[in-house]
Amino acid sequence: MIKVLFFAQLREQLNSQGLELTLATPCDINAIKHALIEHNSQWHAHLSQDTILCAVNQTMVDNRHLVQDGDEVAFFPPVTGG
Amino acid sequence: MTTSISISVQNDDFDVAQEYAAMRKDNTQDGAIVFFSGLVREMNQGRDVTGLFLEHYPAMTEKALGEIVAQACTRWPLSRIRVIHRVGQLHISDQIVFVAVSSSHREAAFTACHFIMDFLKNQAPFWKKETTQQGNIWVDALEKDKRAIDKWGNKNED
Repeated sequence: MIKVLFFAQLREQLNSQGLELTLATPCDINAIKHALIEHNSQWHAHLSQDTILCAVNQTMVDNRHLVQDGDEVAFFPPVTGG
Repeated sequence: MTTSISISVQNDDFDVAQEYAAMRKDNTQDGAIVFFSGLVREMNQGRDVTGLFLEHYPAMTEKALGEIVAQACTRWPLSRIRVIHRVGQLHISDQIVFVAVSSSHREAAFTACHFIMDFLKNQAPFWKKETTQQGNIWVDALEKDKRAIDKWGNKNED
């Protein structure tokens, strides 16, 4: 089971704070995005934005990062703190 | 050298005088303290702003700030670092962020404070949503902020 979280405008665009996915692991971030789009096809455009960032277990990763069962995967837009 | 580090993500305001006093307290080794404070301004990206909501990713925020501070510690001899970032509802002229760095000499303190702010703006999971006359608008990340971290290079590739 993989815990998926969404933040900021992505959370609003998807109208979801997150969900739990059951997937064969290890799998990369692109595979997770595909599974999310399969879950809800209306999410395609938002999750395909190339600016979307991803963190696994609270550390930023790129799309090739391999996710393990039990990981927490967060998707969010570019950060704007400070 | 061992660096004393304090990182806080909080709703409450902070008092710069108190933070500065904590940097000085029982401190006989440092010759320089540099601090930066960031405020909510009334005009941003051409919009009249009346307030700001700061969202964050609670489990990741302090971890990300800790990693940025740890990077700074590998580059410069720093003795004390304090980082405060506020979240939640803020108003015009409120304080948002505070970064203070002390060192034996000013150059390390100036440079490390700048480095921490540049990386905080690019890597710490905070998002600003402005309240404006035109409604609530998520702030766009700026290209200049993304470019700002390029000048620091990648130490692992030096």
